[in-house]
Amino acid sequence: MDLNALTECLVSTSCIVTQVTSGFIIGMLLFLVAIGLTLIFGVMKIVNFTHGAFYMIGAYLAMTVFQLTESYTLALLGAAVGACLFGIVVERFFMQRIYGGNVLMQLLVCYALVLILDDLVRIIWGPEFKSMGMPDAFRVPPLFIMGGVVPPFYLFLIAAALSIAVIVGLAIARTRFGKTIRAAAHNPSMVSVLGINTGLLFTGVFALGCLLAGLAGGLAAPVRSLTPGMGFSILIESFIVTVIGGMGSILGALVGALLIGLIRTFGALGFPLFTEALMYLAMAVVLIVKPSGLFGREAA
Amino acid sequence: MKSPALRDALFGLVAFLVLAALPLLTTSSALIDFVIRCAALGLFATSLNLLVGYGGMVSFGHGLFFGMGAYSFGIIMQRTGMPIPLAILLTMAVAAMVALAVGAICVRLKEIYFAFVTLAFQMLVHSMIIAWVPVTGGDQGLRGGIPRPSFLGINLADQKQLYLFSAALLVLGLLAMRHIVSSPFGYTLRMVRDNPTRAGFLGVDVYRTRLTAFVLAGVFASLGGVVMSLFVSGAYPEFAFWTMSGEAVFIVMLGGTVAFLGPMVGTVLLLLLNDFVTRVAEHHGLVLGAVILLFALGLRKGLLDFVMDWREARRTRAQAGSAGKDKMAAADKMERVAT
Repeated sequence: MDLNALTECLVSTSCIVTQVTSGFIIGMLLFLVAIGLTLIFGVMKIVNFTHGAFYMIGAYLAMTVFQLTESYTLALLGAAVGACLFGIVVERFFMQRIYGGNVLMQLLVCYALVLILDDLVRIIWGPEFKSMGMPDAFRVPPLFIMGGVVPPFYLFLIAAALSIAVIVGLAIARTRFGKTIRAAAHNPSMVSVLGINTGLLFTGVFALGCLLAGLAGGLAAPVRSLTPGMGFSILIESFIVTVIGGMGSILGALVGALLIGLIRTFGALGFPLFTEALMYLAMAVVLIVKPSGLFGREAA
Repeated sequence: MKSPALRDALFGLVAFLVLAALPLLTTSSALIDFVIRCAALGLFATSLNLLVGYGGMVSFGHGLFFGMGAYSFGIIMQRTGMPIPLAILLTMAVAAMVALAVGAICVRLKEIYFAFVTLAFQMLVHSMIIAWVPVTGGDQGLRGGIPRPSFLGINLADQKQLYLFSAALLVLGLLAMRHIVSSPFGYTLRMVRDNPTRAGFLGVDVYRTRLTAFVLAGVFASLGGVVMSLFVSGAYPEFAFWTMSGEAVFIVMLGGTVAFLGPMVGTVLLLLLNDFVTRVAEHHGLVLGAVILLFALGLRKGLLDFVMDWREARRTRAQAGSAGKDKMAAADKMERVAT
């Protein structure tokens, strides 16, 4: 424990700015993965254990596209579209068979898919750590905001993730697709009776989730090292985010993700050995005090 | 042979004698090692089936207790050098305390939530094992060997004696679990699995029943971890990694959740499969994943479940053929409830 470092940081604005931005980076990436997790759970009532794998695939695709084309825009596009298409395949061939099935089968199918996807990545890109490197556009001196050092890419990442959050939030609140999703989350058989192709809707929701996870992977690629196991750790963290925020709630996912991001960065100062433990502690507290999560309506 | 407990005990004794006679028939040390690994994983998987099969609680974080058992036992032996039986009891007590704390939070949750929150707690323990280097050795694992002082004339440093000891722990552990599932508590647990609301109306404390099952399962999983740490003379973070839980869930599914010995069958099959795959293929996960998909999407139930269903179907046919066998049907039903 190193509480001195934590208090020292809390009295200096520059340190706070630096820590908060890195907390937001972690939070935003988690948020993009967690939206998919929470939407898929809300509509299909399964926890998509493979969701982290799409984040991983997005990151690796972004790296490859970037190396081939030198364009980060194309890399992001490739990550999102690639993960989305792959998600459609996985949903059609495997996930559709486990909706409404027993939990044991759901977990096993997802576990098997994670094993396979991790190994495929290992075969295609190799088992060692990879890094994509920062795109040229962001190779500029860092900004100084109130004395804190903030790399421009961080600002881009936060802005991109926030705008996606707003777009997805508005789409779900205002558009017909969004209304259908909310209706299906509430009562899928009634939606089906009303003449909506729920099979297609499920594929759509799954694909949307995978697209966002792939995008998160693409955004993470310049600032994270890429390994075949990277999907699993983000999966667990975004699951914690959805537990804290409440399964099925997008606002909850945003708040939970930022909370976890800040816990991680400030916790790393105060409790370097037990940063991860703090995160689980936050989850445990939420589960004890409000099992449905901060913004969840349904009891867990 | 009227008492089921006596029958189980006799069965256990015979199983132990067969296992004990095995080294006399073969000199293959690979086989000996295989049985020890079976004992460790079998205890672990059967304890998971207390939750999955009998309690209807699919835990995806059961590896927590396996890792906990291996590490606690290793650390206790390295630091205190107390007699092994005492260290095992202490390890099981530690596992019980942890299971009580984790279970108190988890067992209230709905099934898919339960699976993931248990998994999250497992990853918490895993991250603590990695971070707490001075005690656990971090990602290198608990190294330097685990001292194995002799007790009561048993010297576990000797592979043959370790083998007999593991086999004995396996048989005793299985007998204890068998006793639990055939006790009134075991039947209460099944009732809670099948209809918690009704069980509640009948005056059963659903929360407490589930929590008790969770603690018992954790304790027996830690016993599996003890056998594993004795076998490898150390403890590694992989023991507490999520893939450990995944494997246990697959073992339970592979063998079947209905028969008590299903997870044991699953353990043997998975270990055979693992050994085979590592010998022929470089990419272990790919093959294992494909096999799991085949089982989960193709067969949709465990092997022993298949055998039992088939036996039952044959019996029903036989009954349909000859009238006036109501008694047998009743006896059959009794037997099915008893499994």
